[in-house]
Amino acid sequence: MAVKDEKQFKELFAKGTSLGKVEEDVMREAFKTQDLWVNMGPQHPSTHGVLRLILALQGERIVDMEVVIGYLHRGTEKLGEFKTYHQFIPLTDRLDYIAANAMNHGYVVAVEKLAEIEVPERAEYIRVLMAELSRISSHLLWLATHALDIGAMTVFLYCFREREMILDLFEMATGGRLTTTYFRIGGVADDLPEGFIDKCKEFCEIFPERVKDYDDLLYKNRIWLSRTVNIAKISAEKGLSLGLSGPSIRGSGVNWDLRRSNPYSVYDKLDFEVAVFDGCDVYARYLVRRKEMLESCKIVKQCLEWLEKNPGPVRAKVPKVFKPPVGEVYAAVEAPKGELGYYIVSDGSTRPYRIKIRAPSFANLMSLPEMCKGHLVADVIAAIGSIDIVLGEVDR
Amino acid sequence: MGVIERKLPDNKLTEAIDLVVNWARASSLWPMTFGLACCAIEMMAAGAARFDFDRFGVIFRATPRQSDVMIVAGTVTLKMAPVLRKVYDQMPEPRWVISMGSCANTGGVYNTYHVVQGVDKIVPVDVYVPGCPPRPEGLMYGVIRLQEKIFKMKVLRR
Repeated sequence: MAVKDEKQFKELFAKGTSLGKVEEDVMREAFKTQDLWVNMGPQHPSTHGVLRLILALQGERIVDMEVVIGYLHRGTEKLGEFKTYHQFIPLTDRLDYIAANAMNHGYVVAVEKLAEIEVPERAEYIRVLMAELSRISSHLLWLATHALDIGAMTVFLYCFREREMILDLFEMATGGRLTTTYFRIGGVADDLPEGFIDKCKEFCEIFPERVKDYDDLLYKNRIWLSRTVNIAKISAEKGLSLGLSGPSIRGSGVNWDLRRSNPYSVYDKLDFEVAVFDGCDVYARYLVRRKEMLESCKIVKQCLEWLEKNPGPVRAKVPKVFKPPVGEVYAAVEAPKGELGYYIVSDGSTRPYRIKIRAPSFANLMSLPEMCKGHLVADVIAAIGSIDIVLGEVDR
Repeated sequence: MGVIERKLPDNKLTEAIDLVVNWARASSLWPMTFGLACCAIEMMAAGAARFDFDRFGVIFRATPRQSDVMIVAGTVTLKMAPVLRKVYDQMPEPRWVISMGSCANTGGVYNTYHVVQGVDKIVPVDVYVPGCPPRPEGLMYGVIRLQEKIFKMKVLRR
């Protein structure tokens, strides 16, 4: 029963009639209720790091939200002005530490565009291979933590099992598990080690089967569906105007993936599908990332086939004292979280004059208040998980 | 242990009680999930299936009220420092701190205007684990060293 005005509400209230869904404004007018401001974070297990939210509540519904960031501001951009172009690569690893290779990729692509360096084709394939493995590992970690936040503990253990396989591969090629620093300006640090391709193929064989395991736990799970379907909806127009990118916008039905729409490296030679779903909700974003994992696995397979047949150099000649020409450049890649762009201003010296990082998580976070309005407090957790933020990248 | 803590002389009885109390404390170290940055991911990996921290009685808790040890995993910034101290103060005694990774140890590569150069400027640290980030094995070693340290504690004895 909908209540028209205060008078009717008071009549019904006096009679003791069950009201059903009462219109919020009328309630507020009748009872003169105030917003309750609640703090959430920065030490909260489900905010994926050190995010702080200030929620304005009416009952348990969210009417307004303020996002407070800066708890992990490490001054990466400023630090870049005091490092040479080569020295900045390890710092990019620590922006989005879950997919370090993708972060490297964006930076080296930008510097190479600035200095017009031709990269050997084999290096490009290795880069794509590594970036796609990073994407799988990032999405696995996302699925693990997102499901854990919502209450599915087993998925966490399953996802970490496969993630360890990828980290083993990284360790084989680069020596590091998380912060790999594998990419160099003009190529990659070294060729793939012996046995890498076989082990990677083994992973590609196993992985699609394992995705079925996750599906058994989540895909049609009633609890999962009731926590995700029609939660944190955002329309394509609203998302685009807020700068949403990556899997989050593809979950709103926008077919926009930099690997397809603005190909870099060798993505134009590879066969893969862009995952697009138009549910606009948390579940659609889950479907996008789930499909992306499988598509990335396909890309990895193609790269491995090519790499087996074509040996060659993996690094172009770049001087140790590297001085790019004066100018400015913007280059973007499709990181697991969305569009990752680097804007570099060079004054012709060995160090960049200014580095601006367009971090996908930062832009995606801005649409969080829009998503959460009208939902319950518990749904905020689902919404934070669905946009997949990493605070290292948000605060930089 | 209250009023009799560290007041009794060395003898067989107090030594035995010390041993039992220390054994209980060391074998159920509940850390608080205080993931700040990159190291938090390795901390999660240490808790997952392959490295399986549960074997050591290490079970992650989400609240400081239920935890014994704080693993500071990541960069502590000036904005985060008061929060960290407040969370540390909320933990019940006895409490320990493991500083995980270069950023928490010394500031690491981030020698900038907004990074605390070492978490030991804010809270007392028991074990430092080096690495950027440390491998889960490294963290595991740190926890074992902390357990050794706890076994050397005197609960009743002077």
